[in-house]
Amino acid sequence: MPDTRPSDPRTMTLEAFADTVLPGEKRSPDDRAIAGAAPGGGAVAAGAIELLRTPATGIADGLDDYADLLTKHALGYAAEHGLQLDETVPPFVALPFEHRTALVQALTAPGHPEKPFWVLLALFSYMAFDSAAHLNTRQALASGHPGLTAMGVSTPDADGLWRFAEHSYGRRLSDVHPDTDHSTGSLA
Amino acid sequence: MTSVEKTDVLVIGSGFGGAIPAYHLAAGGARVVVLERGPWLSSEEMDHDFLLGSSYTRAFDFVVGDGMSVLGGNCVGGGSVVNFAAMPRAPRFVFERRGSVNRRMWPAAIDRDTLDPWYDRVAEALPVTTQEWGTVPYAGGLWAAACHHAGRTANPVPSAVDLDKCVNCNWMMSGCRFDAKRSLLLNYLPAAVAHGARIRPLHEVQRLERTDDGGYRVHYTVVDAEDYRVHTGEGAIDAKIVVLAAGAGATPVILQRSQPDLGAMPHAVGRYFSGNGERLNTAVVNEDRVRDVLGLARGDGRAYEGYQIGRGPCVASWDRLDGSLPEYSRYSLEQLYFPPGLGTILAQVPGAPRPSWFGAAKKEMLRRWRSWLIIFTMIEDDNEGVFGPPPPRGNANRVSQQMLGHGTISYHPTANTQRAWAESDADVKSILERDGLAEVAPWTNDLVGAYTVHPLASCRIGDDPATSALDDRHELRGHPGVFVTDGSAVPGALTVNPAMTIAALAERAVPGIVRAARERGVDVVYGAPAPDGATSGRRATGAQAAELMNR
Repeated sequence: MPDTRPSDPRTMTLEAFADTVLPGEKRSPDDRAIAGAAPGGGAVAAGAIELLRTPATGIADGLDDYADLLTKHALGYAAEHGLQLDETVPPFVALPFEHRTALVQALTAPGHPEKPFWVLLALFSYMAFDSAAHLNTRQALASGHPGLTAMGVSTPDADGLWRFAEHSYGRRLSDVHPDTDHSTGSLA
Repeated sequence: MTSVEKTDVLVIGSGFGGAIPAYHLAAGGARVVVLERGPWLSSEEMDHDFLLGSSYTRAFDFVVGDGMSVLGGNCVGGGSVVNFAAMPRAPRFVFERRGSVNRRMWPAAIDRDTLDPWYDRVAEALPVTTQEWGTVPYAGGLWAAACHHAGRTANPVPSAVDLDKCVNCNWMMSGCRFDAKRSLLLNYLPAAVAHGARIRPLHEVQRLERTDDGGYRVHYTVVDAEDYRVHTGEGAIDAKIVVLAAGAGATPVILQRSQPDLGAMPHAVGRYFSGNGERLNTAVVNEDRVRDVLGLARGDGRAYEGYQIGRGPCVASWDRLDGSLPEYSRYSLEQLYFPPGLGTILAQVPGAPRPSWFGAAKKEMLRRWRSWLIIFTMIEDDNEGVFGPPPPRGNANRVSQQMLGHGTISYHPTANTQRAWAESDADVKSILERDGLAEVAPWTNDLVGAYTVHPLASCRIGDDPATSALDDRHELRGHPGVFVTDGSAVPGALTVNPAMTIAALAERAVPGIVRAARERGVDVVYGAPAPDGATSGRRATGAQAAELMNR
């Protein structure tokens, strides 16, 4: 499960990015990185920081650069939109959620020169929630992983493999195309 | 270099395009080596696990380009291991397509009638079977019922799945743990090995050069088994014949990188790439309406909630595969399961302002994941893709230890392609939003461009040297003894899943390769039966094979 200790500014910045992609509820009333824009655990609770720090992603060594660049963009965004930022937290964390969203939209939009860079960060933030790619799937489900649980991913059999004995409505539900070659199943 | 290994035939890649020639040539008596850049996974290694480093990331590659991303196999068995085993034959009109060249793009020697016996050979070998309604999973049943409600037809899709073994786990993209999917690991490849072919996994071919005796030297690097960014060695093999089947996202790159040694490539190498016109729409199903309007019930109080259950695509609507319709307006609409991870992020929230691939509304959509239904559209695109200068090695600059890289393909859809996507999107919407059954939105192209799991046509066959890299026997123009037999040889989008057509073309290419090998002094004959010894397919293709051998 995610580390809930107070985070350093760079980690807070990355948490705020992941929370913008798939938002969740605050870990505590004074949680600033998580904006609290949606009920239930979001990408951060799902383990986004743990996944981003996994060497297999290929971006683990560049996370400080990501955080620093996001800080720079947040300052630029705030200046452009005349926003006064709370200086007790990192600039991206200080942005209200709708402005975090607008900035992530801009960074990942076609034509942005850094788009591939930010799409990668979004992708792995996402994968923490929808596939728990830093965890064994069976164990993630057993421990109540917020993303897989929210999605309703079913649990496997005792041997860790999925099987669905009940899988079909068991009847014909449409006419087939009149040109079907019934010996091959393809169109004639 | 002190010594270079020698063989008669060097096959690059072990998917449909590589495994089929490897088997026939080995069975015919040639010395065959197969180089495969991915790992050789056993059934026990095919995990039900999304953990990075499990078979889910070991077995395929996701290459992001400019305007197009390509998902392809990266393991022994290639696409056959990670695909969803849908094996329809291409409709008759496909072979008459004109496309962006504005003349028939397929070679005159190939149409549906001439290809049907080769399709039969593949169907016998895997085997490919029809599916019955009684075993179609819930998602396919729902799609069929929705089509019927809209006055359409829908077909169970022919498939290379042994339903007696299938448990409907929907983990096909990680390989089949139960040997239910009839991948090449179960037929052509073991048969090739039995006849002496040597398969070398984790060998990534970088380039070819010509040898003094008219053959080719194939240079490879050895890939680390865990971190594909790391190469642990290199070597070269001399061969009299080279069969390139690295996939449509990699074959042209190897040829591009070989150009300084081999000389100029045909103009069409690395051009005319097609994403098979693919596009996806995600529907979020209204369970109550599915029960009330379509009368569907699972018997446990649920109407559907069956997205996770099944085995890839099982039902397609082929009403628009009508040869009398104009080109670019023909497409199929196929139910599909796509696992979380790479695909989920691209789904957009129906009805929400764009972009809607992230945020609170998307998270809410994910909470209804069990009620998702994905419809996979295959339209006729315009072969718009072009490959840029090759990366230093491989076909992409790898980002992650496995799975993810940035490639050099550029794809900017023409008005024809965009119109066809829009028409098919509207059609899916009209079928699934009818009477409130679901809400539908297409995947966004903003993040990674268009998206294909069936890359085609980057090195295609044809009669016109100006627009095709290969003659109709799959030999590379100007480079005798080099054959291309994978999806890159297919001239254009097929409007259906292409594996069956790639495999049939590979079967058809074998007699020409055998002839070329014999001309270079290789003692090889043509005429092996199916991998399990069946011979009816061989009899049906006999006359065409003789003609291809003697032309």
